[in-house]
Amino acid sequence: MPDYSSDEVFEKVKQTLIDALSVEDDEVTNEATLTGDLGAESIDFLDIVFRLEKQFDIKIPQEELFSREVLSNPDYVDDRKLNETGIKALEEAMPHVDLTEFKQDPDIDKLSDVFTVETIVKFIESKLSAAAS
Amino acid sequence: MRWFWIDRFESFEPRERAVATKCVSAAEDHLHDHFPGFPIMPTSLMIEGMAQTAGILVGEARNFEEKVILAKVKRAVFHALARPGDTLRYEAVMEQLTESAATTAGKITVGDDLIGEVDVVFSHIDQNMSGLEFPEENFVFTDAFISLLNTFRQHSGERVAL
Repeated sequence: MPDYSSDEVFEKVKQTLIDALSVEDDEVTNEATLTGDLGAESIDFLDIVFRLEKQFDIKIPQEELFSREVLSNPDYVDDRKLNETGIKALEEAMPHVDLTEFKQDPDIDKLSDVFTVETIVKFIESKLSAAAS
Repeated sequence: MRWFWIDRFESFEPRERAVATKCVSAAEDHLHDHFPGFPIMPTSLMIEGMAQTAGILVGEARNFEEKVILAKVKRAVFHALARPGDTLRYEAVMEQLTESAATTAGKITVGDDLIGEVDVVFSHIDQNMSGLEFPEENFVFTDAFISLLNTFRQHSGERVAL
């Protein structure tokens, strides 16, 4: 398993997103959201996961990066909003995601907005360090 | 008209690689609209031909139990035109295969010439669209498809004598 610096991880993630989403180099910033800013659709997440697996030679179970299980559990959702138990479950399922803003209005349709380029970089870094240890 | 854009498999290595051929014929109506007086095989239908070759490779890997849907054309590049009389050769190689999806890389050739390259992502939709309901029966690999496949499997390429 090669050692990647944070910059190298970012550069590789950036190239992956440029290839998968046909976006311009300068659009891929740390803060850019995948769906809102970079125009990713749900099907693109499949493509992105496959490309990241190949790029970093790791395995990424889909549930780890984006937990649909929490969203489809009726105990966690009231009127399309995640309740407190749901938010706790989501924090546990996706520790790489910063949910601060989402918690203000936990509308499940807005969950994809929390996925920024930085989220992906953090997720890859955690997978790489888990694989190394 | 039936939505078959490959004529036969030349080789099939489960989970690895499949090669199918398609004979382009001037008898195909659509060629005369594309274009009047200059019939060429539409590249969109070559993408479909590759998707059928690769889709069957992906479907076979799960014994045709999953509904395999073309999710995304990752890359499609064409280098030359295909015309009536050409035999297109679609070669699809499995790149990644998981419970929920698969990717393939493909090359289209006519003789020794590389005509196009088409890389595709497939989704096993029952594993991906949580919350959405799909019909229980497999509308991708239908009974008619499986029975056609079995016919060809039984005669596996030998010529049937009259």
